[in-house]
Amino acid sequence: MSEEPNPEAEAANPESPDATPWLRLHPDGLKVTALLMVGVFVLVGVPVAGGIASESSWPVALAFVVPGAAVLVGFVVALEAIRLRVSRYRVTDSRVEMVTGLLFKRRRSLARERIRSVDLGSNPLERYFGLAKVKVGTGETGSGSGSTSAQTLTLDSVALAEADRLRAELMRRDEVEASDGEQRLATWRPAWLRYAPLSFLTPALAGAAVGAAFQVSEWFGDGGLPVRIVGDLVEAYGPWAVLGMGLLALLVLGAVGSLALQGEAWWNHRLDREPGGTLRVRRGLMIARSLSLEEERIRGVEVVEPLGVRAAGAGRLDVVAIGLKTDKDGSDLSTLVPAVPIGYARDAAEAVIGPMATELSPHPRAARTRRLRWAAIAVALLTIAAVTVHILWTLPELLSASVVLVAVLGSAFAVWTAFDAYASLGHGRDRGHLVSRRGSVRRATVHLDRSGIIGWRIRQSVFQRRMGLMTLGATTAAGKGHYAVIDADEHEILDFADEAVPELLRPFLIREDSAG
Amino acid sequence: MTARPTALRPPQHRFDRRVLPWWRTQLAIAFAVPVVPLTLLGFLIAPARPWLLGPAAIVALLGLATSLALPVWWFRVHRWEVTDTAVYTLTGYFWRTWRVAPMSRIQTVDTTQGPIQRAFGLSTVVVTTASSAGAVELKGLDQERATELAARLTELTDATPGDAT
Repeated sequence: MSEEPNPEAEAANPESPDATPWLRLHPDGLKVTALLMVGVFVLVGVPVAGGIASESSWPVALAFVVPGAAVLVGFVVALEAIRLRVSRYRVTDSRVEMVTGLLFKRRRSLARERIRSVDLGSNPLERYFGLAKVKVGTGETGSGSGSTSAQTLTLDSVALAEADRLRAELMRRDEVEASDGEQRLATWRPAWLRYAPLSFLTPALAGAAVGAAFQVSEWFGDGGLPVRIVGDLVEAYGPWAVLGMGLLALLVLGAVGSLALQGEAWWNHRLDREPGGTLRVRRGLMIARSLSLEEERIRGVEVVEPLGVRAAGAGRLDVVAIGLKTDKDGSDLSTLVPAVPIGYARDAAEAVIGPMATELSPHPRAARTRRLRWAAIAVALLTIAAVTVHILWTLPELLSASVVLVAVLGSAFAVWTAFDAYASLGHGRDRGHLVSRRGSVRRATVHLDRSGIIGWRIRQSVFQRRMGLMTLGATTAAGKGHYAVIDADEHEILDFADEAVPELLRPFLIREDSAG
Repeated sequence: MTARPTALRPPQHRFDRRVLPWWRTQLAIAFAVPVVPLTLLGFLIAPARPWLLGPAAIVALLGLATSLALPVWWFRVHRWEVTDTAVYTLTGYFWRTWRVAPMSRIQTVDTTQGPIQRAFGLSTVVVTTASSAGAVELKGLDQERATELAARLTELTDATPGDAT
């Protein structure tokens, strides 16, 4: 293990299986870091300089900011240069190893048989220099959080060709080496970008735009500016016109942002099955992303239909896999296919896990009653809130009308969502999977591999008990760790669970036909 | 075909009787957190006395009632069982939760003992699986029994093949 790392020459010739030489990261990574840091300091420096300039003058501000930025950029670049010089990695027959650190040598070593995913990514700068980051992950998540970083190894960054070579080598499995080439499972079409503005990203971005407006005016020393501008507009055009146009403008802004973000993320998307039992997702316009996923680690799929997207007859496909964190909000790492017409999403799902059950059994009427009760509570609270506001304060006409409008719309939505959520409920079973569908705002149908169920968590609240309902939760090592069939009939669901995973629940069941 | 009365049977064993004082101590501490500062301040700040001691008394009364009644209820419901193939627990009164973890999927078996538990000679057996949905915990077993049970579980899981995912 004491080969002296031989710079440059070995990076060009990595094919020496016996010697397994140590390889170095690509030196161009330094240029990327330098350019990136300059960019960051321009972004941060301008508002800071603006702030100082508003107190004194621009020459003074520049005299402070420019040397400071230069020193910091130089410092970061120097650190990066050292990191690139001292980092070494290699792939042996059984392990992937990486050594880094100047004063504190850190050595990370992953067993190759444990590797679950190889993730390639490059931002536009890296792409310009022909580089890519390689993230090697194992399926070792266990329970709890914070356990991901210890089991991943990131090569930041290597030449694109080297990245591809690593990916191919690491995801290769011995026994299936001779199978045929890759198989295309799904391809995204640019026309489907039309679903992007319907996602919840649109209102979120609109909200972010409002926040950003306040933040920027705060930087330039006048945080109240947006409020005054809106006030002047109301004065000039009347409140309703401003409210209507303002909402419309924000929504358009959000829609454009959503189009841009999703377009960037999903452009050129394709989902392939590669020889060796690996799924590979490739996508991205500016940042090229590639995720390779060992099929052995897949425990099912989830067809997700957020409200807006569902209204347009579309849905996306997520994967339920061991070691892929899916519980983080806004993470699209586990998404195999973005919002596409629902038929395509289902086809892609069948291509991944095989034929799926389409017939789901509905849940008892009591489940609908329960949802309507929640809606009634929401309506009552909204009414009380609206009435209290009017009793306590005398409101101007516009505000009063908006409060009433919000209460009425909110109530209508609560009742509608109760019916819709009940219509969503369903569960079923096919040869290999347990199927559960739920949710109105985010309707999701999970197809969970029955052999991947590693326990049951059955819950019943006092209210459910009185209505004869029960929630069956299947625990699994993959994805969220827990997928539930909610508000099913308390007797039927136990039979269902018993059939879904034979022998697990049986010893704890009492049946009519069992003697004694 | 009307609903067939398939139902879950409760697990066999109750927890050790000493869970009653243990639960009561925990509840008492939880209620003492608001009551003690309120009472202290009530004695220190004379003008606001009724406003501080009043709520303190109400919370203390509520605390006393819950500490007396709730553990008795819990004790009736909370149960556990370990068979050759699975660990089975039932907890909660208002939200009943049955949990089943098959022996073949168990990853680790630990026993833990907090300071209050130690005072009552109790201990908790924590059974984890590969799921991030949380471990199955048997809280409030006699400490000797917990050790024995953990040893037996470890033996059983070792004897059961499978990679636990």
